[in-house]
Amino acid sequence: MAEAHPVGFQWVMEAKARGAKVIHVDPRFTRTSAMADQFVPLRAGSDIAFLGGIVNYVLQNELDFREYVVAYTNAATIVTDGYRDTEDLGGLFSGFDPETNTYDPESWQYAGHEQNGAERQDHARQRETAAALQHETHGMSVKGETERDETLQHPNCVYQILKRHFARYTPEMVETVCGVSQDAFAEVCQAWTTNSGRERTTALVYSVGWTQHSVGVQYIRTGAILQLLLGNMGRPGGGIMALRGHASIQGSTDIPTLFNLLPGYLPMPDAEKHPSLEKWIDAVRHPGSKGFWANAGAYGVNLLKAYWGASATVENDFRYDYLPRINGDHGTYRTVLDMIDGKVKGYFLLGQNPAVGSAHGRAQRLGMANLDWLVVRDLFEIESATFWKNSPEIETGEIVPEECRTEVFLMPAASHVEKEGTFTQTQRMLQWREKAVEPPGDCRSDLWFFYHLGRMVKQRLAESTDERDRPILDLTWDYPVGGERGDEPSAEAVLKEINGYEVATGRPLSLFTEMKDDGSTLGGCWIYTGVFADGVNQAARRKPGREQSWVAPEWGWAWPANRRILYNRASADPDGKPWSERKAYVWWDQAKGEWTGEDIPDFPKTTPPSYRPDPGTSGVEGLAGDDPFIMQGDGKGSLFVPVGLIDGPLPTHYEPAESPVRNPLYPQQASPTRMVYRRPENPLNPSPPEHDTDLFPYVFTTSRLTEHHTAGGMSRTVEHLAELQPSMFFEVSPELAAERGLKHMKWGHVVTARAAVEGRIFVTDRLTPLRIDGRIVHQVWLPYHWGSNGFVTGDSANDLFGIVLDPNVLIQESKVGTCDVRPGRRPTGRALAEYIAGLGRAAGQHQAASVTAPAPATDPAASKPDEEPT
Amino acid sequence: MGVREFIKGWPVYRQLTGTDPLGRGAAAKSSHSEQLTARTSTADSVARSVCPYCAVGCGQKVFVSGGKVAQIEGDPDSPISRGRLCPKGSASKNLVTSPLRQTTVKYRRPYGTEWEDLELGTAMEMIADRVLATRSATWQDADDKGRPLRRTMGIASLGGATLDNEENYLIKKLFTAMGAIQIENQARI
Repeated sequence: MAEAHPVGFQWVMEAKARGAKVIHVDPRFTRTSAMADQFVPLRAGSDIAFLGGIVNYVLQNELDFREYVVAYTNAATIVTDGYRDTEDLGGLFSGFDPETNTYDPESWQYAGHEQNGAERQDHARQRETAAALQHETHGMSVKGETERDETLQHPNCVYQILKRHFARYTPEMVETVCGVSQDAFAEVCQAWTTNSGRERTTALVYSVGWTQHSVGVQYIRTGAILQLLLGNMGRPGGGIMALRGHASIQGSTDIPTLFNLLPGYLPMPDAEKHPSLEKWIDAVRHPGSKGFWANAGAYGVNLLKAYWGASATVENDFRYDYLPRINGDHGTYRTVLDMIDGKVKGYFLLGQNPAVGSAHGRAQRLGMANLDWLVVRDLFEIESATFWKNSPEIETGEIVPEECRTEVFLMPAASHVEKEGTFTQTQRMLQWREKAVEPPGDCRSDLWFFYHLGRMVKQRLAESTDERDRPILDLTWDYPVGGERGDEPSAEAVLKEINGYEVATGRPLSLFTEMKDDGSTLGGCWIYTGVFADGVNQAARRKPGREQSWVAPEWGWAWPANRRILYNRASADPDGKPWSERKAYVWWDQAKGEWTGEDIPDFPKTTPPSYRPDPGTSGVEGLAGDDPFIMQGDGKGSLFVPVGLIDGPLPTHYEPAESPVRNPLYPQQASPTRMVYRRPENPLNPSPPEHDTDLFPYVFTTSRLTEHHTAGGMSRTVEHLAELQPSMFFEVSPELAAERGLKHMKWGHVVTARAAVEGRIFVTDRLTPLRIDGRIVHQVWLPYHWGSNGFVTGDSANDLFGIVLDPNVLIQESKVGTCDVRPGRRPTGRALAEYIAGLGRAAGQHQAASVTAPAPATDPAASKPDEEPT
Repeated sequence: MGVREFIKGWPVYRQLTGTDPLGRGAAAKSSHSEQLTARTSTADSVARSVCPYCAVGCGQKVFVSGGKVAQIEGDPDSPISRGRLCPKGSASKNLVTSPLRQTTVKYRRPYGTEWEDLELGTAMEMIADRVLATRSATWQDADDKGRPLRRTMGIASLGGATLDNEENYLIKKLFTAMGAIQIENQARI
């Protein structure tokens, strides 16, 4: 955090100054570790084992915040009899289908919620379409009423299942899997549990390297289980803070440029599952569920109305049929492989540099070299714009300019001070930026580019009678233009459309509860409704922090409804009183008959704590007065997730797709449902139980330096930053340096089956050799900021990774892999191509051999599980 | 200059007699530095902005003189950042004024070995033509069971996490209307 989010880290230091204990868990000692009370080095890829060990410690010693857990989580909820755990099945859950490597989740349901026939979920399809990503705000679409045993004694209640599931995550096992000593582990367990409960809260902070694992979603799930058990959710000083890495990456998820989502986490319609408006809405609304998704009809209709305006009417289902349909994996990695196969013709890159920033850079560049046309919009001449000119594949001869047909348009972009608009930062807060100066030369905002592209496309099709062009012709696109050049669209007009307004009067909506499903209101992103409340740009508010309460509600605007802590009903006890005075945040005011406090209460304002719905009530009225998790179908925090996850209802330690270690916990080696693309250009290093894993005996991971930003497009091009961190390097421990003959500050290179990446060797005790399962495992660390352009150049660490994805969200495993480290520079030119091909062959030959070898030496994702379930 | 003035001109005297015994403030100030003015105090205008790097969302004040960015500093009013900026945020004036900034359109024709210049308007026309031609050539009306798809798989896009919400909104709106679905950004990476 101190490295990549330094200014945010000032609040950690404030907390420390007030007596908070700071623990840093990371494969490598960083600037954060330097300021922490305790630094715990662990093996990259072992986080579920580590956190699972703490969960086990909490459960075995009954240190959970019992009153919170019983009332606010699904601990008491009873799961169907048919459920079988990884404890019973060698690391698999019940319902596994080795043909598709996916689960039938029928046996994971709550008792009484078992589905049948058409209602059943198709996980193979859900994996293809990253369906779990919808749950960023969805919560679980389970029915509201559940069977519960609040004594937590029923053998199939979630609490007991959780206890059995994590029983083998003992301190000894944590030591074996993670390389963390039992003493260090005990210190973390004690600190976390003694600092949680009624009077105290503990915050869990992760950076989004956590998401870059084949089990990334389950990493975060383990953290969520722990924080729920300890009563740290929805309370000040608690929570799970995702430190996201780009200025508006939260915004680009909320108003998604993502294949499977529409604004406000509405799903892109699926050709098969959502044939009609009603089916699409019901898939979100999930009739019978509690909470605010019950109004999904209004959210969906308002979006369609914002897109197609007057042409969208009740009679034509608001032009639902205008939406294109998805029917499989259309994620960025699938798309890149489709480029290599010649299926994709045109590609836009909008402030993104996949040649350096995405996993498997070579595949990225080969894909771009096989397009008809590429439009790059950026501040600088980034590597993704010059792959035809100076990429590593030019050097190896794999891309020859005279033979590469891709037409490239490099369109200069306006910077953040040359346009106005909102960023959404990592805590869901929108902040409006004023424009300081005009963009120079041909530089233009993306608002300008897309507005005018749309205008020109509409013009070209104006006379078309082709039905397929109707969605373009009927699209509302009449944004006012102005500015010094007279042609800049108004960002405020767009924000007003995002916020939503009454169609007849133009009155901006104040809250999404004002949205109607009859076409009388429109709004482009329901969760952002209120950012333009009262016709005022609330995101532009700048009341100084020192002049308002510590929550600072009058600086910017946070979705939803300017709420700063989600699920804050949980900061009060079931009776609506703060759990403790020092942690008071939101509470029930009996005299006024409403919820009140420091923040906007995240609960129906006048629903008293004592309210109990009549049986069968769903929607917002279905929420009991003590159901704080208002976006969850049952109103409870999910310790166990019966619906929505592809890889299991509980987190389970699987080894990374590439690991030098046999999974010490289960016969199942790696995540059985991980997304693998078996292709010649995507070889994977062998892992146990395959043989010859000593080809790539070390673990490597990557992260950022304070002085650079992601793929370097905004930092290698900046003189000061380039000077501060001028060249590619990588870090190894003194022990590994001795083992491989690596000399401090001399050249060395890291190799995988995909690439060889060179840099200066930095020998440092910031990396600790770890004892894993009885032997020493070394880790190598690389920054990933360099490429071939800018003031300073160097090899790109992301070239080392292959493409293996988390099945829930289709994000790649690019924070852990296996490698070898060699002294000296890598070969160049044709020799480099031969060198890498040799590494790939070594890995590939091995894999070919292992596939034909007798069980259990097969790769689960390729064919079947490592061992048959028993 | 008399002896008295000479002595008063000595920082150590001011240190001993003034309010700055450690000599880290007023006592150390020379007459030269007293006459200097900060770029920020003579700026024509100040824009309230937000740092473009990570997602913490630190407040920035962008000082403008003569139509150019003169300085970018942390905004002390921000309850997020309280005026601080990290090395990247502090260098963001350098980002927007970098000599490497591209300010004209560059074009690489198929099989070309060098960039060529292109008018912005021409480039926009060419891109619009290509989008429509590709969409037309790769259009899918329905799947093999006759279910509507209404899309093109020939056009993809990647990016948005460094852009504004308003920009992402128009990007998704336009691509959706055109039937382009392979629209992705850093949140998938």
